[in-house]
Amino acid sequence: MENKIDWITLLLYVAILLFGWMNIYAACYDGVHTAFFDMKSQHGRQLMWMGVSLLIGATILLIKPRIISSSSYIIYLLVMLLMVVTFFVARDVKGGHSWIDIGPFKLQSSEFAKIATALAVAKYVGGIDIDIRQWRHQLVAWTLVVIPMGLTLLQHDMGSALVFAGFVLPMFREGMSPSILVIGIVAAVLFVLALVVNQFIIAGIIVLIAVAYLFIWLNKRTRRDYTRAIGIAVVAIAFTFSVDFFFNKLDTHQQERIQVLLGQCDDIQGTGYNQHQSKIAIGSGGLTGKGFLKGTITKADFVPEQETDFIFCTVGEEWGFLGATALLVCYCLLLCRLVMLAERQYSRYARFYGYSIASILFIHVFINIGMVLGLLPVIGIPLPFFSYGGSSLMAFSLMLAIFLRQDQDRNKAM
Amino acid sequence: MSSNPYQERSLVVKIIFVTVVVIFIVRLAMLQLFDDSLRKIADQQALRNVTQYPARGLIYDRNGELLVHNEAVYDLMVIPRMMKDFDTAYFCHCLGMSREEFDAKMKKACSYSLYSPSPFMKQISKEEYASWESHIYKFRGFYVQQRTLRIYDRPIAAHVLGYVGEVDSVDMSRDTMHYYRQGDYIGKSGLEKSYEEVLRGVKGKKVMQVDVHNREIGPYMNGQLDSTAIEGGNLYTTLDADLQAYAEELMANKRGCIVAIEPKTGEVLTLVSAPCYDPNLLVGRVRGTNYMMLLNDISRPLFNRALQAQYPPGSIFKIAQAMTALNLGVITPGQGFACDKILGCHNHPSARSVQEAIKMSCNPYFYYTYRRVIQQGKYKNKFIDSQYGLTVWDDYMHRFGFGERLGIDLPNVNSGFIPDTAFYNKRYGEGRWAFTTIYSNSIGQGEVGVVPLQMANLACIVANRGYYYTPHLVRYFGPDSARNEEFYERHETGIKSSYFDIAANGMYDVVHGAGGTAHRANIPDIDICGKTGTAENIGIDHSVFIAFAPMDNPQIAVAVYVENAGAGGVWAAPIASLVIEKYIRGEVTRKDFERQYREANPCQKLPLKRVTKKKK
Repeated sequence: MENKIDWITLLLYVAILLFGWMNIYAACYDGVHTAFFDMKSQHGRQLMWMGVSLLIGATILLIKPRIISSSSYIIYLLVMLLMVVTFFVARDVKGGHSWIDIGPFKLQSSEFAKIATALAVAKYVGGIDIDIRQWRHQLVAWTLVVIPMGLTLLQHDMGSALVFAGFVLPMFREGMSPSILVIGIVAAVLFVLALVVNQFIIAGIIVLIAVAYLFIWLNKRTRRDYTRAIGIAVVAIAFTFSVDFFFNKLDTHQQERIQVLLGQCDDIQGTGYNQHQSKIAIGSGGLTGKGFLKGTITKADFVPEQETDFIFCTVGEEWGFLGATALLVCYCLLLCRLVMLAERQYSRYARFYGYSIASILFIHVFINIGMVLGLLPVIGIPLPFFSYGGSSLMAFSLMLAIFLRQDQDRNKAM
Repeated sequence: MSSNPYQERSLVVKIIFVTVVVIFIVRLAMLQLFDDSLRKIADQQALRNVTQYPARGLIYDRNGELLVHNEAVYDLMVIPRMMKDFDTAYFCHCLGMSREEFDAKMKKACSYSLYSPSPFMKQISKEEYASWESHIYKFRGFYVQQRTLRIYDRPIAAHVLGYVGEVDSVDMSRDTMHYYRQGDYIGKSGLEKSYEEVLRGVKGKKVMQVDVHNREIGPYMNGQLDSTAIEGGNLYTTLDADLQAYAEELMANKRGCIVAIEPKTGEVLTLVSAPCYDPNLLVGRVRGTNYMMLLNDISRPLFNRALQAQYPPGSIFKIAQAMTALNLGVITPGQGFACDKILGCHNHPSARSVQEAIKMSCNPYFYYTYRRVIQQGKYKNKFIDSQYGLTVWDDYMHRFGFGERLGIDLPNVNSGFIPDTAFYNKRYGEGRWAFTTIYSNSIGQGEVGVVPLQMANLACIVANRGYYYTPHLVRYFGPDSARNEEFYERHETGIKSSYFDIAANGMYDVVHGAGGTAHRANIPDIDICGKTGTAENIGIDHSVFIAFAPMDNPQIAVAVYVENAGAGGVWAAPIASLVIEKYIRGEVTRKDFERQYREANPCQKLPLKRVTKKKK
């Protein structure tokens, strides 16, 4: 028996999509070229991509989900191949090599790698005899993730590479030890601290925590406790001291962006310009915003990349706190809804896939808005369903459509 | 169906999602709701307030001749914070300035404000501006503001018209409405100052949106916040430009002043303070240097003698004394006093009436007259009697407009000085002074100080036979021809007009009678009434003359004061007669006579002797 499509998800998707288009229109708006369907303008082309995306989505909803699930690995292989090809063929765009020209259009293969990876890992994890708690199985699963991640990094697309870290969440849901999550968070905190505070002080604090853990927290201490505490402390200290090394491995502009965020370099004309301007744009919106098409910073091109990665500042300026919050709430509802839908799947494959796309969307929203709000360093990554860009819109729509189709079919056990 | 352990972990995932979104919302609130500075920065960089400066009002003379108009110039403004790297060398080349100048100006602008516009280069001419207009967009942070410059059509009446200058800290502190901004112009003196609020109009504002390249992309909010500038109101003055120019010519090489008033209305026809200067000297970029030059000039050309100088009036003051005494009844029109030389006097027969006394300007006569005013015999103690008398006299002097600021529509008017009992009590002690201490006042010496405007006003009072209108320079102003009502209010002296007929007759005799002191003021066919004065002074005396003409139905009243020129009849009287002739006839027929006084320098005394010999 086939279920109805999940209207809540679909509605949220359409709402975000339309609101996004309005903001792209506003970001490009110059008071002169106001036609909606002008294919020379970005809002015009975005309209076309929206149509294409809806078409793709509709097609997916018509075919049997089994076709996709059974061809997951093939899709994965094809996309990986495309990635490799991209690397050799792609032109250099802003230091990245992630775009292939197809006629008048440019295709960003890494956008599709996310779907392919989600499908492949879900397929693997969904296997009858696979238990993610076993480290061998987990290793295979992670290998499937790390390959596209590495290829994306080779394309100098830091943002997209980070998205693959989102697979931590579905893995965690399927039984992966939470310590990996914790370790990730601790590593991130240590990384930032090591850049801001003297490393010896951090080392001292780590030792203190270890000692406190052993002698205050624990009543009975076994030999294993000692080794574990000492081991973790040593690794943490070693990591702290190696932060400089990793940091220097980053590109200069990436280093600068991190420094700007940490307040170590105040260059609002140079590296810090984007974030400074986007904060100004958002901050000037106030509670209710300046109104549609009335953003002064937006209209005057003060924020570069405003229709793509920095689209959220248009929302902040023209729609104010209320509009921006509404959008954030929409995203939050969509993500939570996806988790809910994933939970009602009977197959582990579908559940894992649902979690995967929720996580991928989450990482996008997290990094993008965090960056625009000046909470995270500048990392080029689109806001799902919202930013201008055909590849990302099509990929996200495709990703969502596959899951919605799967959800419709959830009663048919695989 | 797969087993489903760890289902509770979905909650952890949802919590992560919600937490992040909550953090973002808090951050949004911090930026949008609790941080006002971002909005200000946004407005600063994306909006430009362009002030629309209204044209300053024009000034016309009584015949509709234009005295002051405006010309467009351009100020280059800079907002230091908005500047972006640009080719400084090219910039300096465009503006024709050196790198050092540039740095100095930049420093000044930065010290004023980093965020507000301040003038970088002022009063750039139309031609200069046209040469680099098309390049201005390349220099972010700079823009051009159109301004107007005052142009004085004739080089006359500098003291009346005044000048405009940039607002200074004093102007700013007085500006409670916060109308002025650094670099704005304000009337600094003269009519420009007293009618500042009429002339300046109302500044308009245009809020323009600018893009990241500093280009204007259109009005902000469809111009809802904009306001149009309201042009300044015009002044229609009472000045007669031709007469003013003529009077200024006459005062060449002299120090002193001429004030001419239409007695019937109190309209000031001419107001000259010599030395004069061309008002255009205090316009534009040369203003600073010229101003210092004028300020440091030993003859003090910036000092408006007609309103600000307080002189001893000399014998012209006797008219007021005679009128006061007659009105008090302490003398009769037929009163005679022997010229006993109790005060120094020139040789003349004793005056047998008030009319004769005025004609002969007899010092002892007015000594006795003043004694009767001051010591009226109301009290036995002559000290107390004098106190009473002086109080009465004081009141009369104020009725003539002496000792108080005449409400003329020009700034910085001196009130002159009429001593009162408090003054003498302070100086000599109460009960320690009487008539004999203060008799010098009777002949316009001593403690009295009179402003030339008040002297001209005295002539008006006699011309009107007893009343005056506050002398004023503006008939009406602004688009709806507003007028100052106080100028239409008649000020009565409260003295019988018949007494003034006596004064007028005396003054007629001064000019026309045998033994009159001002025969030089005589013009054929015009009945001039005048009174000379020779104000004693350390050094050479000041020459004073007041007059009105014609005797019946007077059209003009004049006061002429020539510093250090000697007797009133010699210098001031002929100059006054020339002014009167010019005004009444429109033309001076006595060309030789005119030339003598126009080119003469009284301080050198030389032409004086030559003139007297020639005349004989």
